[in-house]
Amino acid sequence: MSVLDKRGARPGHPAPGTTSGEQAGSGSRDDRTTAPERGRSSGRGRFPLLLNAASVVLGVGIWWAFAAAGFKLPTPPEVVDRAGTLIGDGTLADDALASLTRVLIGFGLGTAVAIPVGFLMGWYGIARGLIEPWIQFFRTIPPLAIIPLAVVAMGIDETPKIFVIFLAAFLACVISTFQGVVDVDRTMINAARVLGAKDATIFARVVVPASTPFILVGMRVGLGSAWATLVAAELIAAQEGLGYRMQNAQLYYDLPTIFVGLISIGILGLLMDRVLLLAERKLTGWQERR
Amino acid sequence: MTSKPAKISVQGVTKTFALGRDTFTALDDVSIDIADNEFVTVVGPSGCGKSTLMNILAGLETPTRGRALVDGAPVHGPGPERGVIFQQYALFPWLTVRQNVEFGLRTTKVPKGERRSRAEHFIELVGLERFADALPKTLSGGMRQRCAIARAYAVNPSILLMDEPFGALDALTRVKLQEQLLETWSRDKRTVLFITHDVDEAVFLANRVIVMAARPGRVYDVIEVDPAIERNEEFRLSPEFAALRNRVWHSVYHQEGRTAAPSATHAATS
Ligand SMILES: Nc1ncnc2c1ncn2[C@@H]1O[C@H](COP(=O)(O)OP(=O)(O)OP(=O)(O)O)[C@@H](O)[C@H]1O
Ligand SMILES: [Mg+2]
Repeated sequence: MSVLDKRGARPGHPAPGTTSGEQAGSGSRDDRTTAPERGRSSGRGRFPLLLNAASVVLGVGIWWAFAAAGFKLPTPPEVVDRAGTLIGDGTLADDALASLTRVLIGFGLGTAVAIPVGFLMGWYGIARGLIEPWIQFFRTIPPLAIIPLAVVAMGIDETPKIFVIFLAAFLACVISTFQGVVDVDRTMINAARVLGAKDATIFARVVVPASTPFILVGMRVGLGSAWATLVAAELIAAQEGLGYRMQNAQLYYDLPTIFVGLISIGILGLLMDRVLLLAERKLTGWQERR
Repeated sequence: MTSKPAKISVQGVTKTFALGRDTFTALDDVSIDIADNEFVTVVGPSGCGKSTLMNILAGLETPTRGRALVDGAPVHGPGPERGVIFQQYALFPWLTVRQNVEFGLRTTKVPKGERRSRAEHFIELVGLERFADALPKTLSGGMRQRCAIARAYAVNPSILLMDEPFGALDALTRVKLQEQLLETWSRDKRTVLFITHDVDEAVFLANRVIVMAARPGRVYDVIEVDPAIERNEEFRLSPEFAALRNRVWHSVYHQEGRTAAPSATHAATS
């Protein structure tokens, strides 16, 4: 029969994970720190969504008002009209695809390299000592400043563009991965050790999951950097791409096209960020919220 | 004392930590023998080296001088025969109760079928079967503690090292878990080293209470508790209990400049 009795199973106690997430008992507070603060979005209900929508409408309204008042701005209908044209002749789709490809490759490579490097730095003091100065150094250089070098060294095809995006994503992601590994709770590692885990197991089953929240935050920051670098990257003799299209439009004072480009970048970035946020929710739902 | 060979033997263990240019002596020449199936509690003021002692036995720290033996062999790192329950539970928050309990079974390569059934058994033992697939964040403090106990038990250690396991719990839950722990222990004997800062808890659970003193950390007093006494509420409210508690209390809270006296079992009761 049972020893430590079945208090937990007493009737009327809500089953876990069904209704109330927090069925705090006596000492349910936990002093372990929950790695990076999770999005505050969790506390918002449906009502704020309405507020979000109202805010967007208001913003567009103000923009329209400014445009109508004679500021150097295209009106929303002009922009929609231009978007229609650009979609119609396929330019927007081609540009978006070209930009998206660059961002995805640069960002994908950046995080794919950053995660193992971050782990190495966090786990081995030697790796940290060797790699950290370079990362700190390159972090202080804006990606834009790398472009001349990248062009001379790599030519004017896709390589230098993807390289600067890669660099931006890598630097953002590597630091938070490193931080995540360094911050893994010592007692968690000790608990694994006394349960018979050796280094490889500790790494795979404790360090990796424990630092996942940090990695995902790093990826989101990295994605932001990747988009931010895109326009700069497309300064390099591009034939297409949202950034290129905007620069081209700039030559002709073509404000509607610039707006279409800006809005497209914003929407694409937002969509990708949402995907990561979703992954974050799925992968780090075990964290205790405060 | 028993004539059985020592299950755990701490022999002249000194542990110093580097503190800037100085060294800090956390444990000073500590010697303790614990017999097989004995339930020993350790009490002492904060900073007297209780956790350090446990970490040495767990194989998470090495002594600066002296040695720690388990089953006659020096401790080298953690081992599956020594289960450890940490004060902060140290559950893996990304694993469910079941996965937490199975963790040690996976690392020790227990085949899947047996892993399942053993985890099931110990989850039931601590009464968490309805929460087997719940994440730690949805559990109360007492439930987490029971999960940590199930996780340590599942590997079937012959020694349990417990560092203030009930320290963070309310008095009610604490008494409940104490009784449950003793019940498990009396049915399925193991050697237990139980650290606490609660004098009542130390007396209630122990066959032997070891009182430690700080600066430097050392054994200050040892008080035997008759193992024949049944540990129940009656005992808790009995004059014998009160007398023992008085003694331990005195040892803990009125420590004089005495040196280590591991054999001072005859010290006067107040
Ligand atoms: N890694 C360390 N480095 C330096 N000093 C340490 C280290 N670990 C412990 N100490 C010191 O050793 C002493 C004993 O620590 P320990 O944690 O064993 O005390 P304790 O008896 O468990 O106290 P408490 O009841 O507060 O848990 C303390 O003064 C502590 O500062
Ligand atoms: Mg301690």
